[in-house]
Amino acid sequence: MFRLHLIPYGSKFDITGKSRTILSLAVFMVIVCFAFIMFKGLNYGIDFKGGYIFEVRMPSTPDITDLRSRLNDCGLGEVAIQEFGTKEDLMIKLEKSEEGSEQASAIKQIRDTLGDGVIYKRIETVGPKVGEELVSNAIKAVSFALIAMLLYIAIRFEWQFGICAIAALFHDCALIFGMFSIFPLEFSETSITAILLTASYSINDTVVIFDRIRENLHRHSKMALNELINLSLNETLSRTALTAVTTLLAVLALYLFGGKVIASFALPIMVGIIVGTFSSIFVASPLLMFLNIKRKEVEPEDDHRGTPANIG
Amino acid sequence: MIIVSRFRISSTIVICLLGLLFSFPSLLDQKAFDKLPKILQHTVNLGLELRGGSHIQLEVDIKLVEKEHQESILDETRKQLRKQNIRYSRVFVQTTPDGSAIVLSLKDEKDIQSATKILSKTDELEISVNGLNVTAAISKDFLDKFARRIVDESIEVIRHRIDETGMKEPIILRQGTDRITVQLPGIEDPAEVKRLIGKTAILTFHGVDEELESIHAKAGERVHLPTKPGVMYLPEEKGEEGIIYVPIKKQISLTGKSLIDAQMNIDQQSGMPCVSIKFDSIEGTRKMAELSAKYLHKQFAMVLDGKVLSAPVFQAVLNNGSAQITGHFTMQEANELAILLRAGSLPAQLNVVEERSVGPSLGADSISDGKNATIFAFLLVSFFMILSYGIFGFFSVISLSCNIMLLFAGLTLLGATLTLPGIAGIALTIGMAVDSNVLIYERIREEVRAGVKAMTAIAKGYKMAMMTILDSNLTTLIGSIVLYEFGSGPIKGFAVTLALGTVISLFTTFSLTKSIIAVWMKKNRNKEIVV
Repeated sequence: MFRLHLIPYGSKFDITGKSRTILSLAVFMVIVCFAFIMFKGLNYGIDFKGGYIFEVRMPSTPDITDLRSRLNDCGLGEVAIQEFGTKEDLMIKLEKSEEGSEQASAIKQIRDTLGDGVIYKRIETVGPKVGEELVSNAIKAVSFALIAMLLYIAIRFEWQFGICAIAALFHDCALIFGMFSIFPLEFSETSITAILLTASYSINDTVVIFDRIRENLHRHSKMALNELINLSLNETLSRTALTAVTTLLAVLALYLFGGKVIASFALPIMVGIIVGTFSSIFVASPLLMFLNIKRKEVEPEDDHRGTPANIG
Repeated sequence: MIIVSRFRISSTIVICLLGLLFSFPSLLDQKAFDKLPKILQHTVNLGLELRGGSHIQLEVDIKLVEKEHQESILDETRKQLRKQNIRYSRVFVQTTPDGSAIVLSLKDEKDIQSATKILSKTDELEISVNGLNVTAAISKDFLDKFARRIVDESIEVIRHRIDETGMKEPIILRQGTDRITVQLPGIEDPAEVKRLIGKTAILTFHGVDEELESIHAKAGERVHLPTKPGVMYLPEEKGEEGIIYVPIKKQISLTGKSLIDAQMNIDQQSGMPCVSIKFDSIEGTRKMAELSAKYLHKQFAMVLDGKVLSAPVFQAVLNNGSAQITGHFTMQEANELAILLRAGSLPAQLNVVEERSVGPSLGADSISDGKNATIFAFLLVSFFMILSYGIFGFFSVISLSCNIMLLFAGLTLLGATLTLPGIAGIALTIGMAVDSNVLIYERIREEVRAGVKAMTAIAKGYKMAMMTILDSNLTTLIGSIVLYEFGSGPIKGFAVTLALGTVISLFTTFSLTKSIIAVWMKKNRNKEIVV
């Protein structure tokens, strides 16, 4: 019977052997991303900066250049117009120029400029303070969640595992934020959710590998640590790849069929799954080699296979 | 051989059936839905961006509240200082970039203690002494508590006002310490609602000063207003005729608090829209009678939020507690005023900080996009699983469909709101839900390769993978519970979906898939099994 095998059985990739190079590369990438976040910043959407978003269907194909100049003449602030799906569907974004301009009148001005027969699908007005609070709240909530997960992993495994898992998560978040900054993708409310999804995927992935390392620590108490981690990574590689593929397929469906709004949400998640998988294999696990893990001296009684059969 | 007890199998089936019962009503159209028994009439709560409607976020103007509070403390402090004969050069509100505080500059060092005592009577003040200056700042704690109380009271008033308009299913919620979220399904243009909730609607009755004259300003014209202690000029808008500034005594003779009714009416004489008001029979009526006796044949003014509604002359003493406000109203304005007066005044000024409205067509598009994406995600993942694990892949597809069903049922029963990112979360859960199965199947394969017989390998695979699955899922669950506890808005919604998805996928893996495999193994006991 045919079975798809993404990773051939009994793979023996030397992952830990190159760990120093890969880890330095990861650190380098994190630094680069940080530099971008620090100096270039994020391309905050209206959710955070405050302003107006209009999603409209025009009665006929509009002259966007003309419309832009007319809207700019209103003096409400910087106007961005983009086609949204069809030629008649427009997305108009307006950054709030200053505090105090009456909301109702700004919306009215835009309605007047666009003229009659326009269908307003969506109108949003956001004050900048709301976004600020959302970010600070998100940071607080995520930090607490990280600490809780760190504690759980430290209790269930060893504290070193917890540190490595959080380091990997940190790496993931830095890279995703970095991606938002480097390619300037718009950072909106849903982007926060995308980052949370990435983080939860990544921690899940990491814990599965750690679990195997823990098990092997019991089973092969004499094996060198780097060899043991390498073995564990290879043993779980097939599962890691499979789950990454199924999840990526689901997100791909979101990207292709979910419409424009969901697509903009799916893209960072796709990157996040790749980054999260990478960090579980190449950051979290190899990092364990550099922390002093306590090894048990006792042979486990449940070793039914023995080492040779296992490595194949 | 894995053995699953009969009880386990039957309870699994019952749970899945319940999941089906509570998830399918969401897919029915209205007609079929109405025919269902009451207990099944629950659907997933759709977020505003999916069903269309308006969302308004209001914020208590805490700076203004602080300022008003400081002023009342200032008045009280001055009074006490005078009473106790404490000499001071000045007492004022000092504004710094960090905030504002009351500063009291004393003339004599020996008074510091007694002055501090006066200020510390109200425990909301944080007091510091610097030389002859005593500084008292309102504590952040107190302001937060104050804001909370204002928000609670405001929510009541807003609910009244919106109910009066007859809008359906408004959702009015507190957000953080000083915000209120108002959601109005089906309302595309929230302008009317914003007008209604943007007004404090404090109605007061004042006497009009007899020495100063009203000043008429044409539209756009600037006029000079004379000043007199105890008197303020307030504008009365007269439409195209411009604005009349009326000299009004600051002292409030009567407030709208003792109103019991307000209705839109047509004035018998002018034929213009007006608002009839009625005071309660005890205090309001008595005060109205006193006021009209005091200002008989004199002008008085009805003021709403710092604007004069009208400044008529009392023609007779009003004993029955009714009166009429004849301003310069259109029908709609008169109606809105009546609603505002009936619903009562807000305890503070609320500012609109965020406003979103989504037309029904966009919502419907988003729902169908979300459905398509979910279906495709399901098909792709199913195809891939069957390709990788054959019949066992098919088992996990069955449990995956139950997973989605249960997730919907769970969201419905919890009353959680499904948003656009929520739909994306569901599609993603589909991808991640098979992870537990993948873990088990990979474990089984390992066992088979190690030379273990298929039947034993399956049992062992389940046992070995159990720990891993528990650890990874519990980590996620702990993370999502903390996120729910401390997060807000979209983060909370995400946390609910994630936690629910994790618990359900644990259930389907260890009850459903396991049961299916157990039954299947029993039937195929003697055949060769390839995982």
